[in-house]
Amino acid sequence: MTVTVSGPLPDEVYDVAVVGAGVVGAAIARELARYPLRTALVEASGDVGDGTSKANTAILHTGFDAVPGSLEARLVREGRDRLAVYAEECGIPVEPIGALLVAWDDEQLATLPALARKAARNGYRRTRTVCADELRRREPHLGPGAVGALEVPDESVICPWTTTLAYATQAVRAGVDLHLNCRVDGVSEGSRRSPHRLSTGRGPLRTRWLVNAAGLYADEFDRLLGHTDFSVTPRRGQLMVFDKLARGLLTHILLPVPTALGKGVLVSPTVYGNVMLGPTAEDLDDKRATGSTAEGLAFLTEKGRRIMPDLLEEEVTAVYAGLRAATEHDDYMIRSHPGQRYVTVGGIRSTGLTASMAIAAYVVDLLSEAGAEPGTAADLVPVTMPNLGEAFPRPYERAELIAADPAYGAIVCHCERVTRGEIRDALAADIPPSSVEGLRRRTRALGGRCQGFYCGAAVRALFDAPSHGAPSYGAPAADSSSHGSEAAR
Amino acid sequence: MNSEQPPAATGRAPGRRERAVDVLVVGAGPAGLALASRLAATGSVGVEVVDREDEPGGVPRHCFHSGFGLREAGRPMTGPAYALHWADAAVHAGATLRTGVTVTGWSDAAVPAAAPLRVDVTSPAGTERITARAVVLATGARERPRAARLVPGTRPGGVFTTGDLQRTVHVHRRPVGRRAVVVGAESVSYSAVRTLREAGVEVVAMVTELPYHQAAPVTALDARLRHGVPLLVGARVGELLGRGRLSGVALRHRDGRSTTVACDTVVFTGDWIPDHELARRGGVTLDRATRGPAVDGSFRTDRAGVFAVGSLLHAVEPAGTAAREGLLAAGPVLRHLTDGTGPAVRVPVEVDAPLLWIAPNRIDPADPCVATGGFTLRTESRLGPWSSLVVSRGGRVLHRQRLLRSAVPNRTVRLSAAWTANVGAGADGEPVRISVER
Repeated sequence: MTVTVSGPLPDEVYDVAVVGAGVVGAAIARELARYPLRTALVEASGDVGDGTSKANTAILHTGFDAVPGSLEARLVREGRDRLAVYAEECGIPVEPIGALLVAWDDEQLATLPALARKAARNGYRRTRTVCADELRRREPHLGPGAVGALEVPDESVICPWTTTLAYATQAVRAGVDLHLNCRVDGVSEGSRRSPHRLSTGRGPLRTRWLVNAAGLYADEFDRLLGHTDFSVTPRRGQLMVFDKLARGLLTHILLPVPTALGKGVLVSPTVYGNVMLGPTAEDLDDKRATGSTAEGLAFLTEKGRRIMPDLLEEEVTAVYAGLRAATEHDDYMIRSHPGQRYVTVGGIRSTGLTASMAIAAYVVDLLSEAGAEPGTAADLVPVTMPNLGEAFPRPYERAELIAADPAYGAIVCHCERVTRGEIRDALAADIPPSSVEGLRRRTRALGGRCQGFYCGAAVRALFDAPSHGAPSYGAPAADSSSHGSEAAR
Repeated sequence: MNSEQPPAATGRAPGRRERAVDVLVVGAGPAGLALASRLAATGSVGVEVVDREDEPGGVPRHCFHSGFGLREAGRPMTGPAYALHWADAAVHAGATLRTGVTVTGWSDAAVPAAAPLRVDVTSPAGTERITARAVVLATGARERPRAARLVPGTRPGGVFTTGDLQRTVHVHRRPVGRRAVVVGAESVSYSAVRTLREAGVEVVAMVTELPYHQAAPVTALDARLRHGVPLLVGARVGELLGRGRLSGVALRHRDGRSTTVACDTVVFTGDWIPDHELARRGGVTLDRATRGPAVDGSFRTDRAGVFAVGSLLHAVEPAGTAAREGLLAAGPVLRHLTDGTGPAVRVPVEVDAPLLWIAPNRIDPADPCVATGGFTLRTESRLGPWSSLVVSRGGRVLHRQRLLRSAVPNRTVRLSAAWTANVGAGADGEPVRISVER
């Protein structure tokens, strides 16, 4: 089991190196771990899932509204089924609550049948039209003016943090080397005989095959190997998260009817028991612009007030922004370059979480077709992840667990009811958090309504306890969150 | 500490233990502890106080400055000494005090208002279901953090509330930063300045949207003149800057100017919100304005047997006020244990702008006494010294009270309870209105 965060990289030639440990890169590494290969998962940040993957709308899509016939449509459909099974196996929280595409005027209402037909062309036939009366009965807190809806009963909410972490943990346990804080800034392309040589902030890394899962930076990485198939335009999505006390206001994911301008602003429960409002859609140049803006928040507030006025009466617990890796193309940009022993996985947008396992299988197929000869696949040892979902028993509720280990009865973060036992476990896990933000994504500690008023100092002290060997942030200039952690909840 | 671990679970199957108490007090801050001390001193009722923190005392525990307890003990105490004072009082009177015990919800979630009162708790000793004849909520209040104030920008480290700051510095003795901006200029903001100074942090500015500070003049002068902390009025934080660590705050001034102040720490002070989760989950009606439970003059919520005291009702008043309410609530709680009924009719008490809220905010015409002795209000803009508070119902003026000095936002305004006996019943829920005559 190898996770490195500093120092030179192993002096060996990997069979495959996957660049980027977001949800897609981690899924690919996990898939590769099934084969007798030496695989490296290389990540610029100090943690897995620290970019786009941590700051999305956390929906497990049916793919009903994908572009029919596209690669994305296929991989979302396949990925959804795979991830649903995997989540069940690992304990990743998923709630199949269903979605309602709410029409707010007759024009939108008139487009619902076409959306149902499109869903059918995507292989999804369980949509149903809901009249205004039924809609009002099922979602009584909707704002005035909703005239009907299309029900998509299988849309689900999922925990994106646990998903990435489960993939990476399982990969690492099966022998994949995870190298964090390892930004790749150059590639010397190998010849037919010699391997690729990646230059990284931690020295060279050699690999026979190369997979680009660099997310927002996939286009730049592609250029290092001479490809200009696409460019990534970061599309910022700002989101507001409302307190758990708002959770009772709705029972479905409430989607707008998509227009030419995009998918629009949704209101959705989260598996943590909150309610999310967003995202905005702003095309930017800066791939680091994960800040929220006054205009963005004003826009969301106005939208939210129309969709569900009561929601705006509740407390906001978090505001964050994520960047989707949008490209000039309508579809995923997954390209195999057999001559270069290289596969690019670019343009993976908000559906990437849902499609991740199917993308991974597809990429391994591409590698095989290109001549990688991965060998025979074996089953992986299942992993069991700590439950962060509110619909499933949490440690503080489990008498038998507390009886066996009283640390699970010692609640440290009161708003999210995170116990000392869970924090201890996260700090001692195979892939420990590199920052308090990372600890939050593994336990929910500090993610609640008080944002540390009660427990901030205690949680930071636990994180810094020398026993787990994390870097100290005692110096005033250092801090509690890692570089680029702005978009974390 | 004067806490007591619960008796070991009986039986071998590790499961939820069922227990019963007369009075369960949730929250071991000044209000909850004072109430427990007085109730237990009667010798006739069993009182248990639970607190989710490891030490009792509530917020004063991390307020290391003096000025607590003048009323109760006749001498100035620090916050931690004051917290101990009430913890001792409660335990010596015979109350059971348990810390590290979290009330996680009401056991009958499906019928939140159903009797009897039963709550579920978790502690390292296990899970329990406690049945009580009366439950007193004394869960306090917290400051709204940056996210709730919708301050845009990046999400760097170095962003605090006063509570987080005080615990970091005084309880965990950890470093904070070098240059801080304090958002707010009310009493608690000056406490934050003091804590920062003690931690060796330079306070580069205090910022308030209002045209003046809202603390005691001597405190504000001391910070400004003796310690050189500039007070920027008519300004708000428009954006947080920096990656990893805060690098500055962008200020928006009332005249439209924007400036940036370089700093590595920002403390959001004040802007209190009651910790009302347990109240809401228990089906207790909140007052729209205070966001705390709607209570009458006897601290009764609209759920029979459920009372509320302290900062949960009026976020936020000094610790002494909370403790006094705890003492005063003992009578109504005892009365409930005897007669067991809740209020039948509750007349809402509402305020007109620029008043923001009033507590208590319901009148029971059958029980018009106000145990608190008076009402606490807040205004959102300054009221001159010749303004009057006018109490009326259905157009009939019940009371008029001239303010002896000006009132400012974020500070206590008091209204006498002399008029409550004249409210009368009837008039179909017509509220009592409090307005300002300038």
